[in-house]
Amino acid sequence: MKQLTSILEGFGSTLQLFLRALSYAGTLPRQRARFIEQCYLIGYTTLPIVAILSFFIGAVLALQAGYSMQNFGAMQFIGSLVGLSMARELGPVMVAILLAGRVGSAITAELASMKVNQEVDALETMNIPPARMLVLPRLAAALVMVPVLAIIADLVGWFGGAIVAKYTSFISIEPEAYFSVLRRYMKFQDVMNGLIKAEIFGLGVVLVCCNIGLNTRGGPREIGASVTRAVVVSLILILVLDYFVTKVLI
Amino acid sequence: MPCSSHTRNPFTAAETPAVGVNVEHLTKSFGSHLVLQDVSFAVEPGEIFVLMGPSGSGKSVLLRHVVGLEAPSSGRVLVNGKDALAAQTREHERIGMVFQSGALFNSLTVYDNLALYPREHHTATEPGIREKVMHALQILSLEDTAQKFPSELSGGMKKRVAIARALVMEPQLLLYDEPTSELDPVMSATISEIIASLKDEYHVTTIVVSHDRELALNIADRVGILMDSRIIFLGTPAELREPKDPQVAGFLYPKIDLKHPRFKKLET
Ligand SMILES: Nc1ncnc2c1ncn2[C@@H]1O[C@H](COP(=O)(O)OP(=O)(O)OP(=O)(O)O)[C@@H](O)[C@H]1O
Ligand SMILES: [Mg+2]
Repeated sequence: MKQLTSILEGFGSTLQLFLRALSYAGTLPRQRARFIEQCYLIGYTTLPIVAILSFFIGAVLALQAGYSMQNFGAMQFIGSLVGLSMARELGPVMVAILLAGRVGSAITAELASMKVNQEVDALETMNIPPARMLVLPRLAAALVMVPVLAIIADLVGWFGGAIVAKYTSFISIEPEAYFSVLRRYMKFQDVMNGLIKAEIFGLGVVLVCCNIGLNTRGGPREIGASVTRAVVVSLILILVLDYFVTKVLI
Repeated sequence: MPCSSHTRNPFTAAETPAVGVNVEHLTKSFGSHLVLQDVSFAVEPGEIFVLMGPSGSGKSVLLRHVVGLEAPSSGRVLVNGKDALAAQTREHERIGMVFQSGALFNSLTVYDNLALYPREHHTATEPGIREKVMHALQILSLEDTAQKFPSELSGGMKKRVAIARALVMEPQLLLYDEPTSELDPVMSATISEIIASLKDEYHVTTIVVSHDRELALNIADRVGILMDSRIIFLGTPAELREPKDPQVAGFLYPKIDLKHPRFKKLET
């Protein structure tokens, strides 16, 4: 029961934070510098790990698909299988999970230490709402950068699949064939669905991490606990949202 | 009626409507721990009110109520007649607070710490901000630290930066939480002079939490002493020089008795 109320409370306060940050959307042009800094942190620094992971996920998808399809003679469809799985599901989910682990944890740590150090209180007394200065630029940066990361994940994943498809002896499908099947069975809609999912996860992760950071009380130990909580809650949120969003989009 | 569009900053010498503070039957407890019990007092516009009291008596908690960072368990705090908790109060009244720990923005340089308020609220152009910030740093002998980060400063320097940051806000109400506790005697005297001159020249209402007897006796208009979660003394510095209440006298002028140390009395 206590668990349930705390979950509902967290949900409510996160939603409130979202609305408050939205209400300051007009100040974004003035906060250009902060927005760009956050774009750099969210986008650029996450790029290498997104690229590496999606390459291998694409590769392993091709491998597994090839293995399980070899008895059906459906090998030529490997391109569409990797393409669709990456675009509709694995690209967005993986980007969101990396975002939670790499960016979300850093956001929570930073905001929690600002809270504990009374910096957030100081902002409040200066009539500079934390939702405006700390949350809005991060949300906006996630809004812009997450789809970019998801597109890159898709492309790199397809590419990884293509390479495995060509060089694995029991598959050996040429890249031209692989990509032509990929293009034939995939609609623009599939990529868009994936991007919408990534966008929803990205905003959710950033909001949850900001909210948990800003509600930290206590000292260094609580900062650590908040970071752990933020990452765990983000991961749960991603996977639960994934089901419902997919259901709506399908 | 003060409102953000025509309250002018004190440094431009335009008249500033000074704001008063009313603490009315303020009670605060954290869980079962009662910190403030039915505390009432008023600070007149343009007055310097010094709040003293033993460590842990709730002085910082009281200041947090005045800036609306803490919600009373019962009673209320009014700033310029408006509830301190209401968001509009902060929007209309410029309230500066020097936190006991400084509460500097660790990711910003000293210069940017000071410049944040005027930048966010567009109170001046960038050259104007530069002038104000450098002036405030100069007053507190901090010119050399402008490009340093808070982590590179000593405790006393952080405190001075926190004071400078509050000065740059050009507040109508300025709250200091132990501004001189970490400073050398000369710097403490300087801070006292700054507080007094802000009042004389700009009519800034000031509440100072301090253990500094010199500061209280020299610049306060009135002094309050908070002890055992209540205000046990409210009066002028003159009355404080010869306190009638033995509790007040014992707190302000403790005798250092080497023959019968206090901590040994506790043991027996
Ligand atoms: N957020 C909080 N949660 C629980 N208890 C608190 C909280 N803040 C303060 N207290 C308690 O309130 C009491 C008063 O604290 P406060 O910081 O106001 O003391 P103080 O008078 O400022 O002391 P000092 O002179 O040492 O700064 C202390 O006993 C403290 O433990
Ligand atoms: Mg204190």
